[in-house]
Amino acid sequence: MIASMSFFEIKSLQVLNLEPWSCEIAAGECITLTGASGSGKTRLLRAIADLDLHKGDCVLHGDSCKSMSGHEWRRRVGYLTAESQWWHPQVGAHFEKADVKLLKQLGFDEAVMDWRIERMSSGEKQRLALLRMLQQNPDVLLLDEPTANLDQGCTQVIERLVDQQQQQGKAVIWVSHDQQQSGRVSDRHWQIVSGQLLEEVS
Amino acid sequence: MNLAILTHWDLIMAASLVILLALISRKMQMGIEGQLLLSASRTVIQLLLIGLVLKTIFSNVHLVWITLIAVLMLLMAGREVMARQKYRLTGWWGFGLGTAAMFVSSFSITLIALNVIINVDPWYEPQYAIPLLGMMLGNTMNGISLGQDRLNQAAWEKSAIIEARLMLGWTWSQAISDLRKDSIRSGLMPIINAMAAAGVVSLPGMMTGQILAGSPPMEAVKYQILIMFLIAAGTGFGTLVAVWFGSRRLFDERERLRLERLSVK
Repeated sequence: MIASMSFFEIKSLQVLNLEPWSCEIAAGECITLTGASGSGKTRLLRAIADLDLHKGDCVLHGDSCKSMSGHEWRRRVGYLTAESQWWHPQVGAHFEKADVKLLKQLGFDEAVMDWRIERMSSGEKQRLALLRMLQQNPDVLLLDEPTANLDQGCTQVIERLVDQQQQQGKAVIWVSHDQQQSGRVSDRHWQIVSGQLLEEVS
Repeated sequence: MNLAILTHWDLIMAASLVILLALISRKMQMGIEGQLLLSASRTVIQLLLIGLVLKTIFSNVHLVWITLIAVLMLLMAGREVMARQKYRLTGWWGFGLGTAAMFVSSFSITLIALNVIINVDPWYEPQYAIPLLGMMLGNTMNGISLGQDRLNQAAWEKSAIIEARLMLGWTWSQAISDLRKDSIRSGLMPIINAMAAAGVVSLPGMMTGQILAGSPPMEAVKYQILIMFLIAAGTGFGTLVAVWFGSRRLFDERERLRLERLSVK
């Protein structure tokens, strides 16, 4: 790989009323993103995942988002929402092949695949949704308040797993309301203030 | 066996039954008499008009007239398909897609039937062409509007699930495939039910008409089987086209779900 090529690059990305934003993110880095509700955090993540109309571009490993189809891009740039969606009655039907090691680490055994969706708690759903996203082995993880409604134990499990993903060289953009969490997980911090994305220097 | 010609008095007697029903409805305050009489009058006027049109066309067999009336029928059916959707595609797609689907399925199958199967001469002989096309349009119209309505409504209601699938790197087609399947099934269900119940639960209308008009029952049966198959094929192809292109239209070239392409009635 060419040394000068950055891992993940955002180029003049613009959505809604946000100012265009450019930056580079290194492999293994975690960036937290805060801002008042309605300031456009989710919009920004959705634009990075190419789920909404936007201006500008994103480049991963030197490959521009525009150079590949939407689904190929989203296979490399995974997006986890605060509330997960399930469409089959059973957990297992949502997985092609669940990673048993990760499953254990998230506090489940293989029997969870036979569980019915309606008897799962929000914490269980969220941990499984993270696992489901990791199936595609994306290089960039976009986490939109993944632990917003979860208890402390559950939050810790998720933080640990994301940290481990970073060790494997994945970049993370994490939207969080929780100051303490932001302090725990972030290498860098972005903030949206009145339509402008600012990088906070610590 | 000859057709018993109906006199005006015969029809007036039948009409008096409807009027009697309206009077009783009024007496019992059922509130249905207005609609009943209005739709009964529409039946008389509309059918008399189409009777006049058919009489004129039958005595002046010309491709131009047939084409003109066929196009008119298609446009009316297209308008009807659009009017039945609660969630419809915006712009020209709302009218155009259903109409185009009906055009390719109804017209092509009617043409095949006239030229290859029934083999009348000339192929646009209106006595065959117009009723055949009418039956095709009437039935594909049902299938297409049911299929499209189901698809658009499901996409609206399940947009969170569709997007969740997109976020997992699914293609647009994978993300909406189960909704598409349901839509095609609901478009085809009426004709599948009609074929399954034909002759056992109900005598199909066309066959009944032919028998009343004096055709030998076995000839009427053969025509009915032909029509059932043509309708099934036409409804099937038309619904496939409408639902497939309709589902594609809900996504853009970047495979994003674009719900703003649906408007709510």
